[in-house]
Amino acid sequence: MSHRLSGNEAVAYAMKQINPDVIGAFPITPSTEIPEYFAQYVANGEVNTEYVAVESEHSSMSVCIAAQAAGARSVCATSSCGLALMYELLYVAASCRLPITLACVNRALSGPININHDYSDSMGGRDAGWIQIYAENNQEAYDNFIMAMPIGETPSIRLPVMTCMDGFVTSHAVENIELLETDVVRRFIGEYNPEHYLLKKENPLAVGPYDVSPYYMEHKVLQAEAMKAAKARILEVAAEFEKISGRCYGLFEEYRMEDAQLALVLMGSTAGTAKAAVDKLRENGVKAGLVKMRVFRPFPGEELARVLAGTRAVAVMDKSEGFSANGGPLFAETRSALYDLKERPYLIDIVYGLGGRDVKVEDIEKVFSRLANIALTGEIGPLYTHMGQRSKEEMA
Amino acid sequence: MSTVYNLKREVEKPVRLTGGHRLCAGCGAGVVVAGVLRALNKEDRAVVVNATSCLQVSTFMYPYTAYMDSYIHSAFENSAATCSGVEAAYNALKRRGKVEGTVKFITFAGDGGTYDIGFQSLSGAMERDHDMVYVCYDNEAYMNTGIQRSSSTPRFARTTTTPVGSVGQGKKQNKKDLTEILVAHHIPYIAQTAPIGNFRDLHSKSYKAIYTEGPCFLNVLSPCPRGWDYPMARLAEIIKLAVDTCVWPLYEVEAGVWRLTYIPKKKLPVEDFLRPQGRFRHMFQKGNEWMIEETQAYVDQKWERLLEYTGA
Repeated sequence: MSHRLSGNEAVAYAMKQINPDVIGAFPITPSTEIPEYFAQYVANGEVNTEYVAVESEHSSMSVCIAAQAAGARSVCATSSCGLALMYELLYVAASCRLPITLACVNRALSGPININHDYSDSMGGRDAGWIQIYAENNQEAYDNFIMAMPIGETPSIRLPVMTCMDGFVTSHAVENIELLETDVVRRFIGEYNPEHYLLKKENPLAVGPYDVSPYYMEHKVLQAEAMKAAKARILEVAAEFEKISGRCYGLFEEYRMEDAQLALVLMGSTAGTAKAAVDKLRENGVKAGLVKMRVFRPFPGEELARVLAGTRAVAVMDKSEGFSANGGPLFAETRSALYDLKERPYLIDIVYGLGGRDVKVEDIEKVFSRLANIALTGEIGPLYTHMGQRSKEEMA
Repeated sequence: MSTVYNLKREVEKPVRLTGGHRLCAGCGAGVVVAGVLRALNKEDRAVVVNATSCLQVSTFMYPYTAYMDSYIHSAFENSAATCSGVEAAYNALKRRGKVEGTVKFITFAGDGGTYDIGFQSLSGAMERDHDMVYVCYDNEAYMNTGIQRSSSTPRFARTTTTPVGSVGQGKKQNKKDLTEILVAHHIPYIAQTAPIGNFRDLHSKSYKAIYTEGPCFLNVLSPCPRGWDYPMARLAEIIKLAVDTCVWPLYEVEAGVWRLTYIPKKKLPVEDFLRPQGRFRHMFQKGNEWMIEETQAYVDQKWERLLEYTGA
């Protein structure tokens, strides 16, 4: 069925169709609408979820961890500083192997305080042990949320999943969207019946031990193995999802990459803008292409390297700084992935759009023209630059 | 619970905190936890929630748990939120017919995890009206990290962050009155207690807290032989002195009604409580008499106020 929904409403609607056991709810711009819509579903009796309106994001993740450990399916939504306040517990959730689902509506981190989109929040949590899946638009935000539980709850995986969408650009913009029937969603998700949980009568469970050196490392390796195994499971779930929706997802989307010489690697809603730029360049005979990263954790390094192997020059576009003094986080992953190629393309990093600064088709075209020059001359110039920042003179 | 408390009968119940945990000899925490859990009806299950603490690292070191019931520890500052999450799951699963029987939810946290870093989480959970019990085992400092002051540390106590030196005289500030702050939350049941004598006070308050619907709070004095610096064999005596000097009055507030549950036959001078503890040793040096006087005056003033509140 076709509808017109904002990204936030689409995710809230997915939550309604899932009817989770517990939600930990706390407002923060721009994700606030998700718990708002959901509160209305509760008030209308459309779901019978336990709605826990906590006093902080730290407590909303704490509630989700405890509820999931107790045997319940739990969800929450947050953004920016809210996710940062959860960081400690993101690690706890993953290490306890609790498949919680979190809708992250990406927003820049303070300070200075800024409410608009970049990925500094979820990139800060990228090493916490969560599966991270990013959406380009409302449809993907909805679809990714529905795929999250069948991925995370798989017994061989048992990892929490963060589905990410761009704050305001995706969360607040209303688009046409195809929704699945609720019974189809429920069948797809299935019941959550973990093997061990706190409330199980027959066999009491202890969760969250003090873990000493002879055991800690083994536990971390198990977590690492689960993250590796998640890649195949994400693709399996995508294949099952295609059967009920007709929509096809991979670890990333390749856009006009078959014979591409110049390529971009980026995430989220910028892909829409970049596709328009690629189309325009293709009309002029430029062999431009785009890789839109969908799954960032686990990072599909080998697959990405295969796709970029045939290109001459690649620009990674990072919508978060990272402050490594060596480029943004997507750049670091991509460069590492390309290392094992016998012949590597030239690679640069462009940090852009911080705090919601707009990026236009012309901006992307400029990146491609720089790539064309690099491919021609073999000179990459500065490895890592910031797009569109004004000079001191312009700021005055 | 039978109307007549009988310690012998109570200790014959199957234990819920087993021996073999790694708490120090002479530590109050194990006594408190075993005492609270003993108040559960035999047929009821419980989920025990624990903040990061001495208790946590000593009772659940992988792969051994000292608890016969289900147990969860997540972090230092979130034990109340964690308990509310388990309770929320219970409500949801009960409604959906996926869990049977009565399950009770009991949180244990130290004073650092309660008065300080876990205070927001505690206040939030109490306000949200979860059916749970929160037990603070109050040993008046961060003992797990090696005796640092908390807002529960009493004035003049020596800790590693309030040392005694040529200028410093231990902690400068008075202890936060957390029990009264919890009273201001207007929850169904709040009590201050300690394991003294035949444990009747601790037992009956634990029973009330566990079987009163809604959020209930127990603040339990729990001496630490390392931090308070007393010989471990004197644990019971130190607790008794805290109560008989009125440093730690035993009282409860049930549905808004204040009640003293123990009035010392003879109110002892505060020195009797301070003297056996190394953390207060400097107070007995010549020239520091004023410290004991001011401590006595503070205890007297708080006791008088409590008598007034309770109409005793």
